[in-house]
Order: sequence, then C-alpha cells, then structure tokens
Amino acid sequence: MSNLVQAPEGVTGQGFFLTSVEKAVALARKNSIWPLPFATSCCGIEFMATMGSHYDFSRFGSERPSFSPRQADLLMVMGTVAKKLGPVLVQVYQQMAEPRWVLSMGACASSGGIFDTYSVLQGIDKVIPVDVYVPGCPPRPEQVIDGLMKIQDLVANESLRRRHSPEYKALLAGYGIE
Amino acid sequence: MSVTLNLGPTHPATHGVFQNIIEIDGETILSADSTIGYIHRAFEKLAEHRPYYQITPITDRLNYCSSPINNLGWHMTVEKLLGVTVPKRVDYMRVIIMELARISDHLICNSILGVDTGAFSGFLYLFQHREKIYEIYEEVCGARLTTNIGRIGGFERDFNDTFYIKINEFLDEFSEALTEFESLLTRNRIFMDRTIGAGGISAERALNYGFTGPNLRAAGVDYDVRVMNPYSSYEDFEFEIPVGTNGDCYDRYMVRNVEMWQSISIIKQALAKMPEGPYHADVPEFYLPPKQDVYQYMEALIYHFKIVMGEIPVPVGEVYHSVEGGNGEVGFYLVSDGGRSPFRLHFRRPSFINYQAYPELIVGGLLSDAILTLSSLNIIAGELDA
Amino acid sequence: MIEQFQATFSDHIIAVEASDMPTFVIRKESVLPVLTQLFKEFKVQFLTDLCGIHYPDATPPMLGVVYHLHALTTNTRIRIKAFTPVSEPHFPSVVSLFSAANWMERETYDFFGIIFDGHPNLKRILNEDGMTYFPMRKEYPLEEGTRTDKDDAQFGREKIT
Repeated sequence: MSNLVQAPEGVTGQGFFLTSVEKAVALARKNSIWPLPFATSCCGIEFMATMGSHYDFSRFGSERPSFSPRQADLLMVMGTVAKKLGPVLVQVYQQMAEPRWVLSMGACASSGGIFDTYSVLQGIDKVIPVDVYVPGCPPRPEQVIDGLMKIQDLVANESLRRRHSPEYKALLAGYGIE
Repeated sequence: MSVTLNLGPTHPATHGVFQNIIEIDGETILSADSTIGYIHRAFEKLAEHRPYYQITPITDRLNYCSSPINNLGWHMTVEKLLGVTVPKRVDYMRVIIMELARISDHLICNSILGVDTGAFSGFLYLFQHREKIYEIYEEVCGARLTTNIGRIGGFERDFNDTFYIKINEFLDEFSEALTEFESLLTRNRIFMDRTIGAGGISAERALNYGFTGPNLRAAGVDYDVRVMNPYSSYEDFEFEIPVGTNGDCYDRYMVRNVEMWQSISIIKQALAKMPEGPYHADVPEFYLPPKQDVYQYMEALIYHFKIVMGEIPVPVGEVYHSVEGGNGEVGFYLVSDGGRSPFRLHFRRPSFINYQAYPELIVGGLLSDAILTLSSLNIIAGELDA
Repeated sequence: MIEQFQATFSDHIIAVEASDMPTFVIRKESVLPVLTQLFKEFKVQFLTDLCGIHYPDATPPMLGVVYHLHALTTNTRIRIKAFTPVSEPHFPSVVSLFSAANWMERETYDFFGIIFDGHPNLKRILNEDGMTYFPMRKEYPLEEGTRTDKDDAQFGREKIT
C-alpha cells in the first residue's frame, strides 16, 4: 500500500526511522488542522459547498470544524467584516490557543472587497495578523482548498520556536494583541 | 432567578451574525433582545454612487442563497421605470432561473433545519444537488453563487444545448433526491417532536409584523406575490400555494418542501411551452450591442460607450416593484432624478422584517426551540443588514 | 381608489403624484389619523415598507418618510409620503398600528436622523451605537475618509456625483 502522506526527511534503518521532532510534529499538525469557520456572508455558503461531499474539505484532515476557538487551529474568516464586528473578531482570535493560523477567504475579508463604505472594515488584517489570503468574490471551492494547502505548507515549515520569537511578539504587539 | 445568556454574533447555530441577549430561567426563555448590524454593508448608500448596471452585483449580495431572484427583480424594477416590455421568451427564461433559485434557497433552509435538530446526512445529500444548480447557472452567466445574471431587457446569452441537458438531468435526479430527503425527516418521530409547536405565530400577528413568504404561508395566509401581482408571465403557469395552520417550525418546513415540488412543476411547464423569439428586448440604449456590431457600426459603438460609461437616459420618477423571493416579498423602491445613479434606492428586505418578530416567537419557549425557530425563519444575514 | 381616497381625506392631502401606484403626499401631522382610518375602514392592514428620503436641494431642505401600504383583501397598493424640514426632524410613529414599523422606523432614524415620537425603543439598529452622524443624508460621503492607502488622484476622481 503506498503512503497517502509523504514521510518527512529522515534516516531509515532496520526497524527505525530517525527524524527531527520538528518534522514529526509538523507532519502531524499539517494533516489535522481543525478550522474555525467564522462565516459571515456569501463566502460562508461557498465554504458550506466546500465542506459538502462534492469538494470535501475533510480529506485534508479538517474533519472537525470547531466552533469553539479553544479547540481550533485555523481561523477562517469568510465574508465581510463590518466595523461593528471587528472587536468580536479580535476577541475570537485572542481566545484561540497557539499555534494558530488565519486564512482570509474572499475579497471582503482580505481588503473590504466591493464594499468601500463607511461601515465595512477594509480587510481583516487591520485588526488581526493574516497568514493566507484567498481572493475571489466568492472564491471557488478549489481556490479555498488551494488556500488550505498553502496553510498546510506554512504549518509544515514552521519552526517550533516561532511563537516565542521576538519578531512574532512584535507582530502581535503591532496589533495590540498580547 | 434568571441568567443572561449572550447568543453572540458568532455562534454555530445562528447562521449568520446576529446577536440575541436572552434571559433564561432554567431552559425557559423569559425575554429576548436582538442586535443586528454586524454585517451592515451600506447597500443603499452604495447604490446612490453606482450606475444602474453596477447595482446588479450589489443586489446579488442581498439574499445570497438565491441571488438570481434579486438580480432579475432589480432588472424588472428598472424596466418598469424605463417602460420597457420584454419578449415572452425572456419572461419564461426568467421564470426558470427564479424557480431554480427558489429551490436552491429552500434546500439550504430545510437541510440546515435538519442539521440543527441533529440530522446531518440530509444536508450532505441535498448539497450535492445545489452543485448541479450552480452548474446550470454557470451555463447562463458564468458564476456560481453571486450570479449577476441577466441584463436590463433580457439575458446576455440564450440558453444553449448544454443548459437543456443539464436542467433535464437535474429535474430527474432532484425529484428522487427530494423524495429521499423527505423520507428522512418529514415523518421522523424525533424531528416532528422537536419542531411541532416550536415558534408558532398566529395569522393576525404575522400580518401585523409584515411577514411574507413561507413564514406567512405557514401561519395560514395564502399571500404570494407571484399570484397577487403577477410579473414575468407567472399568470401563464399553474401552481399551488401551500398553506400551513399553526405557523410553527414544522409548518414552515412543510411549506418550503411543497414549494420545492411546485417549483419543479413550474420549471417543467416553462420548458415545455417555451416560446421562440429573441432573448432580450430591443432597447439599444440600455442593452449592450453585440461585439461585432460595436466594431463595425457607429451607432452600436456610441451605444456601447454610453452604456458602459453609465450615461443611459433614465426618466425622472419613482417606482416600487416586488418579487417573491425565497423568504418573501423582496421589494425595490427606486427614485430617479434622471441622473446616472438612482437618487434613492431602498430594498424591502423580508429577512429584516421577519426577524423583528423573533423575540415574540421565542418568549415562553425552550432554548433549543429558539435555535430551531431561528433556523426555520431562514434569516439570511446579507438580507438582514444590507 | 384614488377618487375615494381624495374624497375621504381631502383635508389632509397636499398633493397627488402620478406614479405606478396611487401616491399621495400628506402633512406629517395627518400620518397617524390617515393610516388609522385606512386600517380600520379601508382594510389597508399590511405595511409593506417604510423608508426615509432626503431632499437637500428643496427650500427648505426636507426629510421625508415614504409608506408603502397594501390592502390584501382588495389587492390595492398605495404609497403615502410625508415631509418635514431638516431643522425639525420629528415624525409620529405608527408602531401602535403596525408592529412591522418597529425596526423600519429604527432603520430610518439610523440612516436619516428622523425622530419618531412614540417609538418604544428608538436607537440605532444597523450602525454602531457611537456613530455621531446620519450616513444616508446626502452631505456625507460613501467612504469614511480614514483610509490612508487610497490615493483619489490615482482613481481619477475628486468628487463623485
């Protein structure tokens, strides 16, 4: 039976496989990302189509979309975020435990989209740090899956010490999140 | 001793961002207070700065589960203001697209109602068929969800052969799938126990609250805009209006279910007696000319330029047009002062008006019934906040 | 329908407008009595829509409220408009007649600043509570103006009509 998941680099021997802890942890993490679907509008419906059986999001390991921030790894912001919803989004982001990633799906979440108005937050990266932006209005499910695969690349290549590094702390301090 | 519970803007069971602060005693709800506006995108202000064609993508985002209905309703409003009559073929094409959109909207509502009671499989079965409806939209306009379908005066292209193949396949497969979905939920003991008696409303209160659509029909009033003020040749079709008795969640589910069957029947009737003819009205000032004419004839070039720049000659006046959307009467009140953008455009949004009644529907009931009521009212956040 | 309405409410009507449905402009003090009489005698018991409108170029600048009503039993639609100067933005509330008017009047207050006397809970509904201005009035722009990353000159516009 061939491997469904590619093994990390390491040394194989008789009855043992030697690799670094970082690579083993990265392999486990990238194939079991639990998303938090923060769905606000039309992109939420495209996410439901991505989660459905035709495009099947869960084959990438996201079998359990968690609505509780405490148990989620990936915050997927789907849809327009109004200025009224900004503090709620920051609170949800703060409640997530490290390591956490953010995927901004759709034009509205990435940059305000077609709604350049007085009430719409022009991109969620004004309030929280974002890892991957998926453009589109709404993006096709294939694009969302591509975005998830880019998140998987980020997860796979992340150092275990990144979240404690001064650059990361400076990034969060820039947003006013401790 | 009451507890204040914040059914906050982000909650797995509220399908959209709206907040309810409820006082509960045990599981019984004593009072509720709703806050909305978490996705207010200022459509009405935006519409005052866009030429008439550029407003169609905005109307998409109102009820995004059935966006063709909003698009075509807007085009009909502008045609009413301009005094344009569209050919019969366009009417029938519009009816087919609008009924597909209605099926698509009711699919989401009923399957999510099933998910809220714990029955997840129905959702997966029916979403497969929404993909088929998306493919049918793609044949006409190229987009899946936010369709921007049609033009002022008709459609951008005629239905091609692939469209007819796909829609006939859809009608056959969907009838079986809907029967299968009904066998899962309609006479299911658990589903009936949970939904019968939850969130009921009487006909007089519903009318006083301005309810329209399946929510009103479940309460017993057979008001359907397609029958009372027919538009787009709906008077040529025979269909029934399902009506409930108690106005509770089960009646709303049943009304939407029967409406899906009626929509299938309307689509079959429209396909059977589709008239021949042009797929758009002969209004060169409002409808983009074909590209080869633009490259060869001066008038076509001038019309193309004026339409794209938004300088279409609109008379001064005001008009109100309404269509039967998935949730009820979607109305467009358009006031024009002759300029390239509307002077005032107001959307009559059924979800906004239906949601006012939510505190009255849930007070005295249980918390889990409140979740089901919210789901069965089919509140779409885009239409709520506009 | 128009003749009947004109005969019954002749002392309240200011103008009759030609439009796609019978449209009447009445004084704002007459709004509640006219709507109540329509409700009880003429069975106009469904409030389809209630929205505001702002005419900054009239003399004096006027704010208006437009009511769309529907008598379901006779299938008659009717539009009633009433105006008030911007300097005096008070209007009678029709919540006592139509529960549907509750949120519709809050939305009109939020957008135009029209204060409905007699409304049980007149606060902003769609915008943030701390907002200091009424955004749908014509003098306010579409964008908020706090964006630093957009250069209007690059977009080829100075003032949008």
